[in-house]
Amino acid sequence: MKLITAVIKPFKLDEVKEALKSAGVNGITVTEVQGFGRQSGHTEVYRGAEYTVDFVPKVKVEILADDALVDGIADALVAAARTEKIGDGKLWITDVDAVQRIRTGEKGTDAI
Amino acid sequence: MDSGSLAWVLTSAALVLFMTPGLAFFYGGMDRSRSVLNMLMMNFWCLLTIPILWVTIGYSLAQAPFENDFLGDFTNAFLRDMTITGEDGGKGLLVMVFLGMFAVITPALISGAVADRMKFAAWALFAPIWTLLVFVPVFKWVYGGWFFKGVFADSDLALPGSLDFAGGTAIHVNAGISALAAVLVLGKRKGWPKEGHPPHNMPLVMLGTGILWFGWFGFNAGSALFANGQAVQAFLNTFLAAAAAGLAWALVERIRDGHFTNLGAASGIVAGLVAITPCAGFVAGMSPIFIGLIAGVACCLAVGLKTKFGYDDALDVVGVHFVGGLVGSLLVGFFADATYFGGGEPFFMDGLFFGGGPDLLIEQLFANGVTIVYAFVMTTLIMLALKATIGVRVSEETEATGLDLAEHAETAYHSGAGLSGS
Repeated sequence: MKLITAVIKPFKLDEVKEALKSAGVNGITVTEVQGFGRQSGHTEVYRGAEYTVDFVPKVKVEILADDALVDGIADALVAAARTEKIGDGKLWITDVDAVQRIRTGEKGTDAI
Repeated sequence: MDSGSLAWVLTSAALVLFMTPGLAFFYGGMDRSRSVLNMLMMNFWCLLTIPILWVTIGYSLAQAPFENDFLGDFTNAFLRDMTITGEDGGKGLLVMVFLGMFAVITPALISGAVADRMKFAAWALFAPIWTLLVFVPVFKWVYGGWFFKGVFADSDLALPGSLDFAGGTAIHVNAGISALAAVLVLGKRKGWPKEGHPPHNMPLVMLGTGILWFGWFGFNAGSALFANGQAVQAFLNTFLAAAAAGLAWALVERIRDGHFTNLGAASGIVAGLVAITPCAGFVAGMSPIFIGLIAGVACCLAVGLKTKFGYDDALDVVGVHFVGGLVGSLLVGFFADATYFGGGEPFFMDGLFFGGGPDLLIEQLFANGVTIVYAFVMTTLIMLALKATIGVRVSEETEATGLDLAEHAETAYHSGAGLSGS
């Protein structure tokens, strides 16, 4: 089992969600996050004074996936989140040792 | 008093009351998200304390009797002889409650300067003490005392005293210069100016601006104290000057910084309202537009002074209220047109541009100059006394984590799914 984590542009969340559903994903976890990468921040001006905002708002998406489906899901997510402009974000995949569904106690792939 | 005037001044009083919450939102939106409730409470505190101070001794010391030049006495203290059964049918009470609304908002203006770092207990004492020692005497000088009667006036010629229609000198210059004195004793916010303190909620600032503009019609047009032509003129002038000043500020920012900003528009509107306040019932025609344009540009440039001179006037009370009030008060000396307010012969209350010569301008310069010196010195003394006794600043930790939780045990914005009980 794998955990797919992606940091994407917030306005792309709806498209990503639909693409993931089409790729067979049953559930995702979404978090509003802030950070910086190569895009870095922006400047705001209030009463003539400039303020540099280093952190850009992003959305973090987390998906638990069966090994066999991981590549398809990742590709679907990347395709949906891409704008080809700086700041599109990143996706990474990590191993998951164990998963349990809290309601039933099912373990492993059955719990996904 | 005719019933129409009574109705208008009562309505105006309610409009002026609404300005204090409006000001609270105007300031609160510019403040940090973790100190916004402290800002609101500093303003609402004035609504809790000043009405009681006003009817007990404030009004009497500020207004009665007319013969006193520097300070009133206790003639009307604790509402003595202030009833609706007298000959005036309640006009005295009406004027008292109307002016009480002004007494509430004047100390509240100062809260924007001391934002983010003043101990609430110190503010709780500062607001009423300042009202009594600074607002009340200056109010007497401007509305019934030596400024009003004319310092350079020759009684034989009935030359004019200074003019302040609704509180340019008595309220905005007075509170604005006091804000400067207060922050000089209080000190800078940690990290200022290197570390930015951008507004946390601009929509709140715009909402507050709208409430202020709405309430200001009562502030200025109500100050005619009658439902008459002067009230209409003041109403129109309040409409035009605010628009012109908002436009001027927004244009300066567009040219200088590249964008039309919400904060620029809002700040300009308030600057225009401040500047037209002393002029409102004394100018006519296109004058309010010129006054607004001048105030909008002047205040927009003046907010840069704090970084140049290193005083941390957090939300620009000096740049907007002091400078705007002073600009308006001095422009009375140029734009006053006696044709429209009964200040013609034998009073000679025309400004320079309307054939009046420099007499009025000289009175304006003197009244504002004295107010600046008096308010600055007294406010410094009040702040030093508070500093030496209960202290005026919150701890460094409270300043960093925000005043809302430490000073009021409240949080403005609960976020997250149930983690903070919302």
